[in-house]
Amino acid sequence: MNAAATFGEAPRPAAAAPVVEIRGLRAWYRTRRFGIVRDVRAVDGVDLEIAPGEIYGLAGESSCGKSTLVKTVAGAVRPPLEVLEGTVRFRFRGGPIELYGGRPVDLRAVRWKHLSYVMQGSMSVLNPVRRVERSFVDFAFRHIGEPLPVFRRIVEEHLARLHLEPAVLRAYPHQLSGGMRQRVTIALATVCRPDLVIADEPTTALDVVVQKRVLAMIREAQRAIGSSLLFVTHDLTVHAALCDRLGVMYAGRLVEEGPTRAVLREPLHPYTRHLVASLPRIGDPSPRDGLAGAPPSLAAPPPGCRFHPRCPLAREFCRTSVPPLVPVGGGRRVACFVAAPETVP
Amino acid sequence: MSPPLLEVDAVSRTFVQGGLLAGRRIRAVDGVSFTLANDRPEIFSVIGESGSGKSTLARMILALLPPSEGVIRFEGRPFSALRRRRDRLAFMARVQPIFQNPFAAFNPLKRVDRYLFATARTFTGATDRETAARQVDEALRRVGLSLAEVGGRYPHELSGGQLQRVAIARALIPGPRLIVADEPVSMVDASLRMAIVNLFKMLRDELRVSIVYITHDLATAYYISDRVIVMRRGRVVESGPARTVLDAPTHPYAIELKKAVLSVDAGPAALDAALAAQEEEPSIAR
Repeated sequence: MNAAATFGEAPRPAAAAPVVEIRGLRAWYRTRRFGIVRDVRAVDGVDLEIAPGEIYGLAGESSCGKSTLVKTVAGAVRPPLEVLEGTVRFRFRGGPIELYGGRPVDLRAVRWKHLSYVMQGSMSVLNPVRRVERSFVDFAFRHIGEPLPVFRRIVEEHLARLHLEPAVLRAYPHQLSGGMRQRVTIALATVCRPDLVIADEPTTALDVVVQKRVLAMIREAQRAIGSSLLFVTHDLTVHAALCDRLGVMYAGRLVEEGPTRAVLREPLHPYTRHLVASLPRIGDPSPRDGLAGAPPSLAAPPPGCRFHPRCPLAREFCRTSVPPLVPVGGGRRVACFVAAPETVP
Repeated sequence: MSPPLLEVDAVSRTFVQGGLLAGRRIRAVDGVSFTLANDRPEIFSVIGESGSGKSTLARMILALLPPSEGVIRFEGRPFSALRRRRDRLAFMARVQPIFQNPFAAFNPLKRVDRYLFATARTFTGATDRETAARQVDEALRRVGLSLAEVGGRYPHELSGGQLQRVAIARALIPGPRLIVADEPVSMVDASLRMAIVNLFKMLRDELRVSIVYITHDLATAYYISDRVIVMRRGRVVESGPARTVLDAPTHPYAIELKKAVLSVDAGPAALDAALAAQEEEPSIAR
């Protein structure tokens, strides 16, 4: 593909066609020792789609499988992680790609150009003994395919979108503040104008004032380049400010999904309802309860609905049958027998 | 009238960064004063962003770091009197820490109850295993766990919330009067955060333990604190009753902090304001 197609007005797929389509994905950590197979069912049957230009938020507590899902979508599957079932289908400008569909796929051509990744620790992305400019050359020069002066101008223009001066290119990572460093990694991930950016807890390490500014810049940059964004964090207040749609994961499964405002205003799943109700608010000192019990072990998840041991509404059939994730109108889906009674077996 | 529980009197701490001759002096804490009463336990929050000096203050209250200027007194005795091992142990029994990351606080290769038993042996004079086990179990039950549940387990076998509760139980074993909790919930998921925060309330109301709660999370500070101080660049910029300060902050920095708090009710409009309010930013060093 030539440079014009990358930076010009390449036709995007029709609005209805999702950028990424995940179908029945099962990704388990599988270890075999002395013939004994042990599984950790980190992602256990997830279906979701992300539309072009959409910010999709993924919420859930630690060890609910959200980072594993992200790794699987990014094609970073290494043992002991195995994909047992399901597919991840991308519709990039460069053409469709299907992961785990039987044929091996070379992702190197796609990474950074069409699919990029922002991690939590900015120091683990930037080389501490190299100037920032060097990281940009390493990551993006090949994909942009322009001579160095043009490349540098593109990078500087892009840095300006994240309110960074061109001078950061000459700096070493340790000379930048945490917020600036995180913006540099965001700039790195978005400079090639990828179709899909995956961000895994990119602002969790920042304090409140800086976090809010970085989130605002992420959204501004996302609007400007028109990428889709898969944004993972356990912090619902971040989702409320940033995401168009929100998916809530619990113990390896998606339990609720819908437009962010609707999900947070009127949560359907008991787990989401608890998450929203437990958030403390300034100006409201009324007592709030934590959720009793501990998140289930993914090595031996409870049968039936995985939330039933902690669920205040659990019935008999919740212990034995798995609630399917079904549409309930308003673009929302929920996996709960109580919220969607028609799914009761 | 008994002396106050904790008296922090015009305390400063300076660090020197860089070489012997070209060193840069950084005042991490600059003239901070506050007093915790002896007869009335309270939760006292220290709020500020990273680099505001709140963790340095915590380390000084725990006597892990001597102040450069000023005096800290615990029950009327200045920290400089803590010279002998016996005094130091007596102090440590009464002032206990809880740290930010429970996974870093426990050695991953050792069973968690080892720490509980070691604390019991060091501070309560329990010589035999039964007495120590009873004390450990009692402390664990206070936080909603039990020795049967936790005994013999390694840190990776417990969730972050459970581990943080074990850390709190450990701090309770010596029967402390003051707990210094440095960002105790920032590594804990939202769903477990409130369980930990409610535990602090229980400690104050039932065990009459005072708590210095250090955080950048204004919402939980509002929820549990009696009084707060807001720190910026080592100085206290605003202080007072938690509800008053956080409902209607008066210092520009405290107002900015409050505005930066995201809420599930606010929605996307909140971010537009953040971009509009671009303020000065430290430019690149040198």
